[in-house]
Amino acid sequence: MKKLLASLLATLALMSGAHASSESLVLDKFPKERVTDLAALQNGAKIFANYCLNCHAAAFMRFNRLKDIGLTEQQIKDNLLFPTDKVGELMKVSLDSKDAKEWFGAVPPDLTLVARSRASGSGSGADYLYTYLRSFYRDETRPTGWNNLVFPNVGMPHVLWELQGQRAAKFVEETDPHDASKKVHKFEGFEQLTPGKMAPQEFDSNIADLVAYLQWMAEPMQTQRTRIGAGVLIFLAIFTFIAWRLNAAFWKDVK
Amino acid sequence: MAEMKQAPAGAGAGEKLLTWVDNRFPATKLWNEHVGEYYAPKNFNFWYFFGSLALLVLVIQIVTGIFLVMNYKPDAALAFASVEYIMRDVPWGWLIRYMHSTGASAFFVVVYLHMYRGLIYGSYRTPRELVWIFGCLIFLCLMAEAFMGYLLPWGQMSFWGAQVIINLFAAVPFIGPDLAILIRGDYVVGDATLNRFFSLHVIAVPLVLLGLVVAHIIALHEVGSNNPDGVEIKKGPKDANGHPLDGVPFHPYYSVHDLLGVGGFLFIFTAVIFFMPEFGGYFLEYNNFIPADPFKTPPHIAPVWYFTPFYSMLRATTDDMVNVLAILIGLGAVLNLVKGKGDGKTKVIALVVAAVVIGLLKTFEAKFWGVAVMGGAVVILAGLPWFDKSPVKSIRYRPGWHKIVYGVFVVNFCILGYLGVQPPSEIGNVVSQVGTLLYFGFFVLMPFWSQLGTFKKVPDRVTFTPH
Repeated sequence: MKKLLASLLATLALMSGAHASSESLVLDKFPKERVTDLAALQNGAKIFANYCLNCHAAAFMRFNRLKDIGLTEQQIKDNLLFPTDKVGELMKVSLDSKDAKEWFGAVPPDLTLVARSRASGSGSGADYLYTYLRSFYRDETRPTGWNNLVFPNVGMPHVLWELQGQRAAKFVEETDPHDASKKVHKFEGFEQLTPGKMAPQEFDSNIADLVAYLQWMAEPMQTQRTRIGAGVLIFLAIFTFIAWRLNAAFWKDVK
Repeated sequence: MAEMKQAPAGAGAGEKLLTWVDNRFPATKLWNEHVGEYYAPKNFNFWYFFGSLALLVLVIQIVTGIFLVMNYKPDAALAFASVEYIMRDVPWGWLIRYMHSTGASAFFVVVYLHMYRGLIYGSYRTPRELVWIFGCLIFLCLMAEAFMGYLLPWGQMSFWGAQVIINLFAAVPFIGPDLAILIRGDYVVGDATLNRFFSLHVIAVPLVLLGLVVAHIIALHEVGSNNPDGVEIKKGPKDANGHPLDGVPFHPYYSVHDLLGVGGFLFIFTAVIFFMPEFGGYFLEYNNFIPADPFKTPPHIAPVWYFTPFYSMLRATTDDMVNVLAILIGLGAVLNLVKGKGDGKTKVIALVVAAVVIGLLKTFEAKFWGVAVMGGAVVILAGLPWFDKSPVKSIRYRPGWHKIVYGVFVVNFCILGYLGVQPPSEIGNVVSQVGTLLYFGFFVLMPFWSQLGTFKKVPDRVTFTPH
């Protein structure tokens, strides 16, 4: 029986190692420590309210929940309360969905849970968003004038272009590795066309703050969850140990 | 009416109350029969934790479910938002939600291991066939319960998974389209579907499940538990009080023993809840964090992991596979004619049945046969007590190579599960077809292979090493 179990476990372990990635995206790694940095989260909230909330809703997120990242109600009212005047309201958007469809081709999706829904085999949702927001490039063939490496032909323009500046993407033609008769465009690098208000590293850092905020907003209780979890596991470890010794005590007299 | 028993003189208030109750309700009798004096074999091992754990998870699901329903709104326009409301605004709502979603997956982990124990120790054999059949019915109800529960969050995967699976029922001959409308409550999956799935998931199926679990345990207690050696302890030597020497009363020996199992299980269960509730997208699928959109089909629709082995078998049943099945059934009937042990009449009947089945296989579309294969894969489990012709119950006393057969069965089941998660592919299709044949072959050929080999001598007493 033990050998059977061991061989089964070994086979399963091998299988998980052989899991092929279903996505072909290569994503940058989001700096995870930002999610517990209150200053980063507050900066992210600022960028989100100023740049994203105009078109995107975060309809499951309440404004006053921002108190969890260290903001006071007054600060929220003074700086972030754009679409409404009640701090207990949800972050809805005033952009009409019909107008949005006409202007962008698609309704901008709700962003409350985007950091959870964009996770995949290629990386976490935060990795996706961090790469996506830094991969816009100028493309005259698109209606908005912008395209994106991570989401080809996206309807969203580069909202933060003033901060990053305008960039072009350089592609080279290469033979398709799967079919020698075809050619594929391979991305080679970006070329800065006009400078932005922020230097590249500063821009990347601000995007990291924004993505940290998005990850926090997707699950505001995540830090409490892990903290409580540690306590629960310690309790259960002690409980199981005591249960084990109790069981041994009861079974001692069974021959 | 029988003489009312009196509590002994000088009895405390508690004992007097118990006597009062016992005169009107068999409380002490039930306790003794099922717990205090229910003698279970003393050699239970790790595999025997999973029955009590399944009961624990059932209770967890019911209790967390009750609290979720207090804030959940079963309306297509409100459902998704109500789940997020529970996650954010209801105090500890996030914990209840994670417990319920992790509990659903934990239920299947525990139940699959529980069933596997039955498989390796022959727990389904006489006189425990009914325990096994009730168990199979519980498994079917559990699958229905999980399927309907998954629609309730009304995410993309909820909606489209339901759309795909219910459309499969439309492939049933003659009654299919009407059956699909009956299940959906409408021509497409929508608010009507959500409402009826809510009713079935919250009330109807849990009631049936509870009833079946009670029947399952009563049937078990009626004949007594099996054990890893397959030795019937009631047939062995007894002590001065008439209790089996190889048995111990359930309470306190197994109540305390199961407490240990509960501790270990809860450790893993809470580790998932608090540190990885999504479990890599297998327990809470990433796509389900997007509200259902009937106009946007996700690029890849797959059922939740616990259904994937059966989903693989469904996808594997293509037109080619139907032809293979027809050939195999034909071969089986011919073999039975030539080498079968039955009389002439049964052989002819078998040939006729095979001919009819082959005719049906070629008449109805492969899509329906995929559904039939998927359902058959679950239902065939119920036949185990009659497929297994081995002279010994437990795998411990079977020929060594039987262990390899069981190992192959498990690995095959896991591979089918893995393939069910992946999008369809050329090689995946072939592997799942082979896997489907292996799965069914294990059961259908069991009357033959279970008798082959040199069996070891089963001891008279259980093998028990004192702790």
